[in-house]
Amino acid sequence: MSLDIATVRRIAALARIRLEEGELAQAQAELNGILGWIEQLQAVNTEGVEPMAGGGAVALRPRPDAVTDGSIADKILANAPDRQGDYFGVPKVVE
Amino acid sequence: MHPTDFTLRGAIDALNEGIISSVELTTAHLDAIAALNPRLNAYITVTGEQALEQARASDARRKEGVAGPLEGVPLAIKDLFCTAGTLTTAGSRILGRFTPPYESTVSGNLLRDGAVFLGKANLDEFAMGSSNTTSASGPVENPWSRANDPDTRLVPGGSSGGSAAAVAARLALGATATDTGGSIRQPAAFCGIAGIKPTYGRCSRFGIVAFASSLDQAGPVARTVEDCAILLKSMAGFDPKDSTSADVPVPDFAAACARGVKGLRIGVPKEYRLEGTPPEIEALWEQGLEWLRAQGAETVEISLPHTKYALPTYYIVAPAEASSNLARYDGVRFGLRVTEQGSDLRDLYERTRAQGFGAEVRRRILIGTYVLSAGYYDAYYLKAQKIRALIKRDFDEAFGKVDAIVTPATPSAAFGMDEKQDDPVKMYLNDVFTVTANLAGLPGLAVPAGLDAQGLPLGLQVIGKSFDEETVFAVGAAIEQAANFTALPRLRAGA
Repeated sequence: MSLDIATVRRIAALARIRLEEGELAQAQAELNGILGWIEQLQAVNTEGVEPMAGGGAVALRPRPDAVTDGSIADKILANAPDRQGDYFGVPKVVE
Repeated sequence: MHPTDFTLRGAIDALNEGIISSVELTTAHLDAIAALNPRLNAYITVTGEQALEQARASDARRKEGVAGPLEGVPLAIKDLFCTAGTLTTAGSRILGRFTPPYESTVSGNLLRDGAVFLGKANLDEFAMGSSNTTSASGPVENPWSRANDPDTRLVPGGSSGGSAAAVAARLALGATATDTGGSIRQPAAFCGIAGIKPTYGRCSRFGIVAFASSLDQAGPVARTVEDCAILLKSMAGFDPKDSTSADVPVPDFAAACARGVKGLRIGVPKEYRLEGTPPEIEALWEQGLEWLRAQGAETVEISLPHTKYALPTYYIVAPAEASSNLARYDGVRFGLRVTEQGSDLRDLYERTRAQGFGAEVRRRILIGTYVLSAGYYDAYYLKAQKIRALIKRDFDEAFGKVDAIVTPATPSAAFGMDEKQDDPVKMYLNDVFTVTANLAGLPGLAVPAGLDAQGLPLGLQVIGKSFDEETVFAVGAAIEQAANFTALPRLRAGA
């Protein structure tokens, strides 16, 4: 599978990474290089194999559905690029 | 003896015996950093005043008869671990001014045990790389150089290149590191030191900037195997804040270093004999096996048939998880924000992420986004998860027959800073021997075992059963003892 320019543009949009027109061709070449190398996996017979999702053998633990912290608005907002009162500021979203 | 020449074990003994104070030990390391860090760039942030304050408090505690297992020991912390009140950048522009209000569990465990933090160690951006050349804070230089070509600056490996270079150059007694595909073991091997990636779940991931959550594990780098064992004991342990943290007891890893290898069965995977591996690495591997046989171990050829698919599998799984984890960097809640006049929210996201992430991180996010996208998920991501299961099954079967596996740590010695930079896949091949342990969740240790013809360090790797780091330490310490690795890097404190 080889990516065309339109697909590269679509992936970048999905990833929310701005690619300038002049950067598309290089991105396309690099991604196709990596995908071409990955293609060898299609040769492996994986019929009947259960996919391995996690890194550990231990099953995930349930935990009590309880509030464990709170009232730390200042800590949460401390690194905000545009703090407005107790809120994160963003460009106007609703007209 | 210069205080920076202590092993971590030796420093603990000297502190206990009152031969040196933590303030003296810390000052010596800060002086060494001031002298060498401008060249090596191993630290992004040096927290000198805070370190001296911690050292004074440590000396006071010791005087009162209260001393933790790492009381007064100066360490470097990879800049991927959140440290409360101290800049934590992950080597990225996007976190260039991020100061976490909380402490990672692993670094918190070290502070609990009395450690002193010298500063934050450099790394590849978001721990993505094998050369420490992708950091927004600039590349790290390996303190070693080729005997016949001392002017060519070499990479320390990555992604924990700053941690490994700092420890090798004696700018810290030990350091924290993380390993997603080889990021502890490859730089340890390139810098002539030891490093262990423990079993997945052994160390909490809470507060470590996430790259690929099912593969990421924290571990130590230090100049001896025993030093790694001492550090891992403090770093490890169950943490309810990480849902994948294993609720299992933490054994006395340092005691395991003295166990010996008599009667152990050591697996030698035939698929790790790769075409193009330099003959001196093949020879060192054989030498390592001979050392183990001489100490009473038996070596057994084993087969791990899916080995050759491990790297391409990794380059689906890791970018997929990264694309999801790194979605949080949106320019809204923390980190860099880039807008233009009239930017809407989407434009803010796209400009922030385009300018905040470096080329390799952008590449991996794009690959990860693609393999998870509608229509391609089954062909790539699901396929990779199945092959990952087969790789794990290979190990499960092998560990029915052997107690540990020994392989080379890396397919080459450290390379030049401008080498392997033109083709991402060429760079990825650095992790060919290490990535399998991440996919299977197993512990892997790199131990310095010899020098190549240019005088550069080469390492061997010991892979163990799940949660059997003790055998890994026993085998690693046996190799270390036989190798008697005493060579020193050219750039180091006190040289």
